[in-house]
Amino acid sequence: MLSRVAERLFWSARYLERVENTARLVSVYDDLLFDLPRDVKVSWYNLIEINSDVELFEQRYKVKNEHNVLKFLLADDSNPSSMLSSLKMVRENIRTTRDVVPQEMWELINELDLYAQKNIKQGINRSERHVFINTIIEGCQKIIGLLAGAMSRDSGWHFLTMGRYVERADMSTRILDAAVSLMLQSEAEESVQLGQVVWSKVLKSQSAYLDYRRTIRTSINGAKAVSFLLRDACFPRSLNYCLNQMREAATKLPRAGIIVANIDKLHAKHYEIGTSEDLNNEFHDYLNDVQLDIIEIGHQITENWFHFRQGDAA
Amino acid sequence: MENLTSQYQSSDFFDELIDTKGEPRSPAKQLLGYLNSLSEEELEKRRLTAEATIQEMGISFTVYTEEGNIDRAWPFDIVPRTIEASDWRIAEKGLTQRLKALNMFIDDLYHDQNVIKDGIVPEHIIKDSKNFRPECIGVSPAHGVWAHICGTDLVRAGDGEFYVLEDNLRVPSGVSYMLENRAITKRVLPELFENEHILPVGSYTSQLFDTLASLSPRDIENPEIVVLTPGIYNSAYFEHAFLAQQMGAELVEGSDLFVDDDDCVYMKTIDGPERVDVIYRRIDDLFIDPEVFDKESVLGVPGLMRAWRKGNVALANAPGAGVADDKVVYAYVPDIIRYFLKEEPILKNVETFLCEDPEQQAYVLANLDKLVVKPANESGGYGMLVGPHSSKKDQAIFADLIAANPRNYVAQPTLKLSTAPTLISKGTLEPRHLDLRPFILQGKDTYVTTGGLTRVAMKKGSLVVNSSQGGGSKDTWIVETKGQ
Repeated sequence: MLSRVAERLFWSARYLERVENTARLVSVYDDLLFDLPRDVKVSWYNLIEINSDVELFEQRYKVKNEHNVLKFLLADDSNPSSMLSSLKMVRENIRTTRDVVPQEMWELINELDLYAQKNIKQGINRSERHVFINTIIEGCQKIIGLLAGAMSRDSGWHFLTMGRYVERADMSTRILDAAVSLMLQSEAEESVQLGQVVWSKVLKSQSAYLDYRRTIRTSINGAKAVSFLLRDACFPRSLNYCLNQMREAATKLPRAGIIVANIDKLHAKHYEIGTSEDLNNEFHDYLNDVQLDIIEIGHQITENWFHFRQGDAA
Repeated sequence: MENLTSQYQSSDFFDELIDTKGEPRSPAKQLLGYLNSLSEEELEKRRLTAEATIQEMGISFTVYTEEGNIDRAWPFDIVPRTIEASDWRIAEKGLTQRLKALNMFIDDLYHDQNVIKDGIVPEHIIKDSKNFRPECIGVSPAHGVWAHICGTDLVRAGDGEFYVLEDNLRVPSGVSYMLENRAITKRVLPELFENEHILPVGSYTSQLFDTLASLSPRDIENPEIVVLTPGIYNSAYFEHAFLAQQMGAELVEGSDLFVDDDDCVYMKTIDGPERVDVIYRRIDDLFIDPEVFDKESVLGVPGLMRAWRKGNVALANAPGAGVADDKVVYAYVPDIIRYFLKEEPILKNVETFLCEDPEQQAYVLANLDKLVVKPANESGGYGMLVGPHSSKKDQAIFADLIAANPRNYVAQPTLKLSTAPTLISKGTLEPRHLDLRPFILQGKDTYVTTGGLTRVAMKKGSLVVNSSQGGGSKDTWIVETKGQ
């Protein structure tokens, strides 16, 4: 398979996952606002911080309010990771690789892109946001379902898989990080009350709430929710699961040694979580490390399979 | 509709299917008989089948407009154009002869230039040719062949004889449409293929593959062959993808290839860099290597010319082959054939006036309303003046153009292009002008397509058949009538 084709598939899956995760991230915050006690302050701006978009945001907007944050995350075409920018990137990448994905993929992505463009205001304004976000998530799931049901498990599939789980691992650790920093910012007396709300929202945002209930069988608290989302072996959005999927896809591809080794290295990094007390600044640093490792693996994938340098062949 | 053909108003031109007495010519007899047996509704149903097939197969071409590029469905007429097999065999021989001579001519131009020394072609014509590439001097491609894939436009004039209108030796396109036209027709008129001896066209892509493989610099069983496309926005992208797929070759863009320190070309794949042996390039010379030609080109591969000159990769067509499809050089082709092959040309040229010659120029300027004026180095029907269909203002513009750059213009009499019945509205056949583009391959061996791509000017009276300018196409049947 041509490196270019592989690279486009990899990025189409990453961007599609980014669309879905952006939607999920917005939905957590949106939900939180309904349920939190009035005196607890939640800032939409956290979403900018966890995406490491502070600089870009501040170039574009003066006021850090809900409207601007959502505009930036969903609609802004100067933000390369906004939902609309990401959808455009999925579309462009698929447009040039249509012959290696199921035929309907092109139609479904066009459909989703058109819907998002037409209804983006619903996402920015609060009243119909829920419907908009749900439709976007469903649209992404439809495409993933199509691929699962109709695509050959060839190299193309493995690059799609890798793209999806690299992005998901990255984003799910960011979501955890967002929740942790929210908790760390809160006053001691409100943290118990806040914890209940925050952690159940985080689980729900990952469609993990019921799985958690079935698997863990205790009330929801930070330490247990975080452990579940980091380590559960079966739940498809846990970090553990993402890394396993990346590894499995990589091993099916040629010359995967260095990638597999680095995934294993990341996998071996462990942070002991006994109680919610452990979700402190040190934990925040751990998540940060994990993210840097994921970014590094992304670079290595590019180096190993997509780009070659003078002298690589001769 | 029994009166389908009896109502047909054949014109003053040579009609491919129906003779001057209104009778079907022999290769068209069964076809027309069959069409007459269909009801108007049935005929319309067949036309819709063709339309649906084109949509389904995704056969399209891109038109460049000011508003952006539009992907259009391929315009197709369901009534095939028929040619007697014995007539075709003569044309086939003529085409092979012509390409052989042209390749010897190109090879000579980049080596000893005997053709100039012996006074066959004037030196300034080559020196001033936009497509002569000094960078190619001294290079010896495999088998001495430079133009491996040639699309030669043939027309049939009033006397029914084939004439060569032009040779396309750079990146001729259209062959995929020839193949698709046959695929569509098999669905639209399946009954006829059972009873008639219509020669098949399908072997082109395997012939192309063999031709390309015969150019490989490495003597290995499975040389790596790639099709190099400028990308999805090119008007012929559909064809590039089609040919690559049919040959089982990779379809690559410039950025997929690189030339390494050993001056070999490599393709970037997930298995690592893979050595490439033959590149069927569908990018113009000037864009293939930014190190040598257009520095701004992002379509090409830096170092490609270096690799080619060293003989580490074959390029089809070779850079510099376009020198022979200059429309001024065209006028000399009959002499070129005589000079290199010591044979009389089998196919005739259309009479051509060279504007650089003062006498001929005077004639051209005095007859702009009757002649077709063409720039020497354009293709796709751009920048042409069709005298009888032009305004006084157009003619004045061309008079100025010719005066400013006489070397760049040639003129030909407005040809009485042949016609064929074409389904214009529901149940009505009308004559429309057409030409024929066969494709000729030359590597170790030569091959000519069975027939070629028939292009039709869909507008009444129009002589412009290019799809970029409102032309359509038909399936081309070479019919064996002997022994029936």
